[in-house]
Amino acid sequence: MTGDGGETRPEAPDGPTGPAIDIARRVRAGETSAREVVEHHLGAIDRYDGELHAFVTVLHDAARAEADALDRRVAAGDDPGPLTGVPVALKDNMCTRGVPTTCSSRILDGWLPPYDATVVERLRAAGAVVIGKTNLDEFAMGSSTENSAFGPTRNPYDLDRVPGGSSGGSAAAVAAGLVPVALGSDTGGSIRQPAALCGVVGMKPTYGTVSRYGLVAFASSLDQIGPLTGTVGEAAVLFDAIGGHDPRDSTCLERLPPRSASAVSEGVEDLRIGVVTELLDGVDAAIAARVRQAADALSAAGAKIEECSVPELRLALPAYYLLAPAEASSNLARYDGVRYGLRVDADDVEAMNGATRAAGFGAEVKRRIMLGTYALSAGYYDAYYGQAQKVRTLILDALSAAYQRHDALLGATTPTTAFAIGDKVDDPWSMYLSDLCTVPSNLAGHPGISVPFGCDDAGLPVGVQVLAPALGESVMFQVAAVVEHAAPHMAEPGVLAR
Amino acid sequence: MGDEPRLTREDAAYVARLARIDLSDDELDRYALQLAAVLEHAAQVAALDTSGVEPTAHPLPLQNVLRADEVRPSLDRDEVLSQAPAAEAGRFKVPRILGDAP
Repeated sequence: MTGDGGETRPEAPDGPTGPAIDIARRVRAGETSAREVVEHHLGAIDRYDGELHAFVTVLHDAARAEADALDRRVAAGDDPGPLTGVPVALKDNMCTRGVPTTCSSRILDGWLPPYDATVVERLRAAGAVVIGKTNLDEFAMGSSTENSAFGPTRNPYDLDRVPGGSSGGSAAAVAAGLVPVALGSDTGGSIRQPAALCGVVGMKPTYGTVSRYGLVAFASSLDQIGPLTGTVGEAAVLFDAIGGHDPRDSTCLERLPPRSASAVSEGVEDLRIGVVTELLDGVDAAIAARVRQAADALSAAGAKIEECSVPELRLALPAYYLLAPAEASSNLARYDGVRYGLRVDADDVEAMNGATRAAGFGAEVKRRIMLGTYALSAGYYDAYYGQAQKVRTLILDALSAAYQRHDALLGATTPTTAFAIGDKVDDPWSMYLSDLCTVPSNLAGHPGISVPFGCDDAGLPVGVQVLAPALGESVMFQVAAVVEHAAPHMAEPGVLAR
Repeated sequence: MGDEPRLTREDAAYVARLARIDLSDDELDRYALQLAAVLEHAAQVAALDTSGVEPTAHPLPLQNVLRADEVRPSLDRDEVLSQAPAAEAGRFKVPRILGDAP
């Protein structure tokens, strides 16, 4: 179903391209209206989202009003910005003032945030239109979007399969063309893994480059917001729009990477790229073959490809599944039935807390809170949490050493393509293995991007992952753009043919 | 810490109490098994010789962030309280905190 092996064009494009770039250009030039663009996408959502369930909230009226306001500005000679008229979907763990923000959890039932996340302000300041909020694994905990209080999202390529997670709603929405671009959040792969499983681009920025103000916290030292898009160029443009220092997030960096949009046309001549053994071990043969194919294309484009082993990466997954739950158990203590969301009444406050949390949290969130609480409890703290923090140091040091020899690293994004809905829900570790290749970047705070690269024998999308050191977004986008241009042709998602 | 990451229902009940989640006996049994399975994988982390390795709490070097102590706008109190399950007289309202005297 792909033009497998067909002609490849291993050169870089002239600049960012893709549907969102076209929309902004045409609306800014007055060739089309933002309202027309929004109507088209609302129509696609109305037509396909009954089957996909990518959205938990669609903002029909608000999106139309935002589009009309943009059209008035364009008509008055104003330029609203690089994303003028581009409809954007937000993972529903990003706060939107006066609009439900559920984290796909019953415990935030009815909550209307009193403020907008910084990324929402920045998107609007660039001219984008927020069109809806997308489904996720509850509080971003999961790799399949099955852990949603509102039911699973389905993969546009095969409705019986998961879209990945936790940003599965955003990935499915972009893959099916319901929106040109979306935002997700990535704590252990939650942008890159669903991007790979849905055949779209997903990028996790360097920790601290995008403000987390208004992102509902899961694991604060790992969480980062980033784009899911159809093309690498769109991801760069979106990253440029949402990144930047924010005094409201004390972990936000003052120093930022250079603008990324220009990097997509710079090529990979003489770049040293390491193909990471540990990011191919335990990976399906069809996916490993695609990574090799991408490496060959990079070589043909002038990069120096070398094998690279970072054995410490084998410790990343077990360390992550101590650190992330530990941070989560602390962050989610705030859902106590006092200030927002659900309350289950009881005679005293402690009983109210326990009953509220029992009724409001789903099975995976309870499991992670239990695991994290255990890892932090007296007698186990040093053995589990403390040791995992030291492993984090080992991984950081090992990656730093690898980046002495390589400008960027290449590997698989996921060990498998999209799996069947229901396959892994009762076996936590088998689900956690989906994050095998993505968690190292989160532990290190480094950027990573998944680029769609053809499909497996069953016609399911495959992602190739490009990793770079902290603030190495430019080199990451250079490599990703060349990988994208070498990618085999991919048929459009099955849901669109129905 | 023991060598074997076995968890009893009593252990799970203790952790659930710390986490303030009321779990049923069925849930406690299930989580005890599932947590033990995850901790088996954590055993390789726990067993590692990390002498001389400093822990990393955060991926990038961070410094404390300070700002001038000036009054700035904050969230509107009534809007915030409108989102609470119960509020009274400008405050969050909760069930009683202290038990009866013994």
